[in-house]
Order: sequence, then structure tokens, then C-alpha cells
Amino acid sequence: MRDRKRHLIARRAAQEIEDGFYVNLSPGIPALVANHLPDGVEAMLLSESGVLGFRARLRESENEPAVFNAANEAVTICPGASFFSCADAYAMIRGGHLDLCILGGLEVDEAGNLANWMIPGKMVKGMGGAMDLASGAKRVVVAMEHTTRDRKPRIVRNCTLPLTGLSVVHRIITEMAVIDVTPQGLLLREVASELSVDEVCRATEASLRVDKDLKIIQV
Amino acid sequence: MTRVFHDIQQAIADIEDGASVMVGGFGLCGIPENLTRALRDRGTRNLTLISNNVSTDNVGVGLLLRNSQVKKMVATYVGEDPFFEKLVLNGQVQIELSPQGTFAERIRAGGAGLGGFYTPAGYGTIAAENKETRTWNGRHYVLELPLRAQFALVRAWKGDRAGNLIYRATARNLNPLMATAADVTIAEVEELAEPGELDPDSIHTPGIYVQRILQGVRYEKYVERKRVMPLNAGQKAPPHRQAGSAGD
Repeated sequence: MRDRKRHLIARRAAQEIEDGFYVNLSPGIPALVANHLPDGVEAMLLSESGVLGFRARLRESENEPAVFNAANEAVTICPGASFFSCADAYAMIRGGHLDLCILGGLEVDEAGNLANWMIPGKMVKGMGGAMDLASGAKRVVVAMEHTTRDRKPRIVRNCTLPLTGLSVVHRIITEMAVIDVTPQGLLLREVASELSVDEVCRATEASLRVDKDLKIIQV
Repeated sequence: MTRVFHDIQQAIADIEDGASVMVGGFGLCGIPENLTRALRDRGTRNLTLISNNVSTDNVGVGLLLRNSQVKKMVATYVGEDPFFEKLVLNGQVQIELSPQGTFAERIRAGGAGLGGFYTPAGYGTIAAENKETRTWNGRHYVLELPLRAQFALVRAWKGDRAGNLIYRATARNLNPLMATAADVTIAEVEELAEPGELDPDSIHTPGIYVQRILQGVRYEKYVERKRVMPLNAGQKAPPHRQAGSAGD
């Protein structure tokens, strides 16, 4: 059930990738997006480990070079790929060269603030590249489950967890809805086919305006 | 000039207790396996290690942590090691975390003689606490300071006796940055060549940055996670671009 939910989110998030985009996918739900690219869309995936143009491996092979993505998965490169240092990878990220970054989330709030790296009281694992990605990519989409495992809203008025970035999120994609961050607050753009707007609002702490052109999520 | 070492213990003989040491690698990729094993054998203590991750129990920084040689870790992500978690929670190891791009750039700045730089990463978060901030063109930036160490342990694919290094694939990662940012850079290479054998156009790290070089042994393949797509899973053909369609 949870797995199905995660793949649904990934399938919708994959529609954010336009042909020719340079994209970064974070570990977790965003990493699943690579398996759901729409037909005819070709994207170059960037990994902070220093490769542009990789994909999941098709088969085990012993003679491949040491290509790892940022989640330390052994991956395969595509024609046109390139390797570089981590400083170059982050120059691409911060320098506005990355079209889209899809990040996971713990909380997003009405101002587009994102918290996704630390839960107080638990071991600090480190922010990795999340802060650089959140503040650097041209467009930041957060793909996450709409609520926590005990059904608390993740889309809140104000983030309570330590932030990853301030006013960085452009769009939130969950299994229930697609929500844009706008200067006027959060705007509900799409809802899941089996849900009403009321049901989405009840699962959301932040206040939502409803787009006059509200659509059903197509996945 | 670069000096070639045959005895790895001689190559690290002046790394004393309390030293600061950069260790190349990203996860388990591109780790100076021989040099970290040798430093474990040497038993140097109270080290400050600067490394992207903490790696695992049988390789790299993990060896030194398990041998109680580390006082402080400067890193970006340490989430894969329960042993390390215990060390931190027990107060046995201090930890300083940087956003990953900031970490890489701090090292680059350290090696390039810069006094620091302003980055948008981490603005408005606890990563920016007690740091100077500036706003240019409506964008907010945090001042980050350079990072250097007494020693850098790096690993390359090919090197020559003049200290030139070539890395392979994502094993490059932080190695070329760290090579520039230490008083003494010690490189282990999978293949050691004579000067002139490597194409000067293909050198990633020029020999000026490398004080010591040695041929490594026993390189193993480590993979933290395997993700192999089934062949019939609807995997699309690899992205391929026509000349002229990219980079606009």
C-alpha cells in the first residue's frame, strides 16, 4: 500500500520533467521518478557524486567503471555523460544550471519553506546536498507523502522542524494533491481522482486556495 | 617535488597524534583504502578527519573510528553507520556538519588561497547560525570559510612519478579538491606510471599539489546499495541528445 502510494507520487512527479531538462533526484521517493519518465522525454540526471547522464543499471556487469550516484548506488552512464568533481557538481547546482530538483520532504509550509533533513531528538545524520539543491536549482519540487505515518499533516502553516531552505519550494506533489507555492500562499492545482477538495484540506494544516482550473491528477 | 614511496608507513610517518587529515571519497567510492589502512596500523590518535562520509567498518574512515583514533569529524552526511552514531551520542567523537556543496567549496577555497565565499546554501537554517550574511540582487548568502588540513589522503586511478593524477568516473569526487588543500598531500594510485606516460591534456590533478605518491594494492569493489533494473521493466532507452539540442 505504502509502496503503491510512493510510486503514484513518483509517476506524477515524473511529469514535471520536460524534454531536455537537467535534473537531480534525491534519494527516496524522488529517486523512483527515473523509472517513470514520460514517453519522448529525455532528461540528463545529475548526481552530486560527480556524474551527469546516468541511469539505473540494466544488468550486473563486472567490467563497469566505478560509477556511483549520490545514494551510493552503482549506476550506468548514458551516451553523452560526463564526470567531474563535487565542486563542479555544486557549481552546476548553485549556479542556476540545473532545471529541476525533486527533493523529499518532512514538512513544507505556506511560505515554501522546506524541512527535510533533521528531526530533533534523533541522531543528526547531516544535510548532505539538500541545502545546496534547495537553494540552487531553478525549480524545486517536493515529492512526499501527504501525511506522516500517524496521519499528521506534512503541509503546515509554519515548519516546526529545522529548515533545509527558506522559501525554496515551487511545487508539492503528494498522493493526494499537487500544490503550488505562490506569493499569495498555497494553491491547490490538482487532486487525486478518488478524493474531494475537502478531504485534501482536512489532511492539510496550511490553508489552501483552490485553483479555478482545478484538475484531477493524471497518472 | 613529488616523492615516490614504496613503504606506505614511511609515507605517513609524520602524521602525529592530533593531526588534521582530509580523506577523499564519496560514500565507498574513491576511498584511499591503502592509506587509511596504514593510518589504522600506525595507530595515530586524536585525529581531526575531514571526509564527506564516515564509510563503513572495513574500509576508509570507518577503520579509524573503530580503532578510537578520531577526535573530530568534519563531514556532510553520516547517516549510514550505527557505530558512528553511538560514538557521537556517547560524546566520544565531535562532529561538524556542512552542506555538501559548501563542504566541497570550502576545501576548494582552502586550496585556492581564498579567504572564504558567500553561498546561498543554508541561508535561514541552522547551518547559517552565527555566520555573516549578505544580500545581493535580492538573493541571500552566507559567508563560509575555507577548509585546510595538515595532510590529505587521496586516491587516483593513474598517477605518475611527477605526481600527476587521473581519476576514474565518480571516484574523482572530493579527491582533486582535497589534493589542493593540505600542507602534505599523499596520493595512492592503482597504476603508477613514468613521467610522460600520461597525456598532459588528461591530467585532473597536476603534480604540484602532490607531495608523496605510492602504488596501492588490494583494491576491492565496494557497493553500498545495488539497484539493478529488470531488463523487461519498461526501462527506456538511455537519454541521447542530438548535437545542438542541449546546453541552451
